[in-house]
Amino acid sequence: MPKVTWILKDGKEITADVPVGHNLMEAAVAKNVPNVIGECGGCLSCATCHVYVDPAWYAKTGAPDDMESDMLEITVAERKPTSRLSCQIKAVPELDGLILRVPYI
Amino acid sequence: MSDPIVIVGAGQAGVALAAKLRALGHAGRLILIGDEKVPPYQRPPLSKKYVSGELDVERLLIRPRDWYAEQNVELRLEERVVALWPREHELTLSDGARLRYRRLALTSGARPRTLPAEIGGALPGVVTIRGLADADAIIPQLKPGMRLVVVGGGYIGLEAAAVTAAKGMQVTVIEAAERILQRVAAAETSAYFRELHRCHGVTIREAAGLERTEGVDGRVASVLLKDGTVLPADLVIVGIGVLPNDDLARAAGLAVENGISVDESGRTSDPDIFAAGDCASFPWQGVRTRLESVQNAIEQAEHAAAAMLGAAAPYNPVPWFWSDQYDVKLQIAGLNRGYDQVVVRPGKRPGSQSVWYYRQGVLIAVDAMNDALAYAFGKKALEGGKTIAPAIAADPTADLKAALG
Repeated sequence: MPKVTWILKDGKEITADVPVGHNLMEAAVAKNVPNVIGECGGCLSCATCHVYVDPAWYAKTGAPDDMESDMLEITVAERKPTSRLSCQIKAVPELDGLILRVPYI
Repeated sequence: MSDPIVIVGAGQAGVALAAKLRALGHAGRLILIGDEKVPPYQRPPLSKKYVSGELDVERLLIRPRDWYAEQNVELRLEERVVALWPREHELTLSDGARLRYRRLALTSGARPRTLPAEIGGALPGVVTIRGLADADAIIPQLKPGMRLVVVGGGYIGLEAAAVTAAKGMQVTVIEAAERILQRVAAAETSAYFRELHRCHGVTIREAAGLERTEGVDGRVASVLLKDGTVLPADLVIVGIGVLPNDDLARAAGLAVENGISVDESGRTSDPDIFAAGDCASFPWQGVRTRLESVQNAIEQAEHAAAAMLGAAAPYNPVPWFWSDQYDVKLQIAGLNRGYDQVVVRPGKRPGSQSVWYYRQGVLIAVDAMNDALAYAFGKKALEGGKTIAPAIAADPTADLKAALG
């Protein structure tokens, strides 16, 4: 299972082994990562699972598609070049070691 | 030891309330009571990805099974509360035991309206979808080629039609009103979804009154309409709305009006009892309002949690809601209650469009079909108390971001 680390605003790190195929919003909610809420359950309707992908990993996660990019217009925290909605990133073996930063909201 | 905080109803609102109490630092004993077998789960996928087989039970769970112990929340499943004694601060459980509470939250949700038994509502094969047990009972009955009649052209009925049509069933939706989605959307949105379902082979019959369902050998076999039409049916899914679960509160003498009446902070007419979610009505924009949505369940519950700890803040939401049908994602921001003007904005992709609702020139809601940008800016406008003029909304070349200033 790929290992994913969330880095919080205060520098605290939370790491989890995420089953392949699960999305990284549900993985964060399961680990109680603060400020990753996932109110809509991962259907691209709420933008409450916003994360900043570590720039070194952005090529591997890829960029958001059109719908996701549109939804990134209403995130509470500022949109940055590596912003993604984590419900749209699926755990795959290539993402083992992935680092996500959680915006402060 | 002081008496616990007890939450009755283990759905989205109940879990959100428990989580918020802990997040706000409440360290005392906390009991969450639910009458179903499985830990709290998300209901919206039941009529979507769960029925289609894309999500299993574990992934429906709102929190992992071990979350409750980690958070020191006593989750009591398959337990039912049968009476509430506000003066004594006690509950009676179905086994007769009494449970004392210091403060109580009612997050008991809603139940589907059913067809009366006199018109065949109790026949095997006539079903509703609200809980996991309902979905689990329906799934094995779904077979390609079978004839399905959906009673009710609201969101649940249309989602059920979409998911079953995609599985190869012959689906007919009957709607008593003049048009599908009449209660919740403008004619423009109804037209969009009528066409979408038609393209997927679903027959939609509007202004079609149901006379009764008829059985053969103890199972539903057909649906008879008021105009005499007989629709053969192997299965009938009824989606005609929900009723708030407010019986416990009503019997206990709490104020009830279209659900359990609460104030802006989530407090009922008893100062130690709170309510949130589908079961509760609250004052909003001058009208007592009950919202049936995940967003409301979570946010109202969080406000109630704060109020239970003495930090009441008024709940003034921008409601939002979604529905998935085929490859169309509908997102709704705001509530279109009392609209007097509607404009349609074509989207930038084929099949994407949005419907903008106004009351006296002020934007009150947006339905966005495969058009997240329209939803995003509509929601932003509503959150900021701003309006986007109808002429700008209707002009697909107008820049919504600029319009927001």
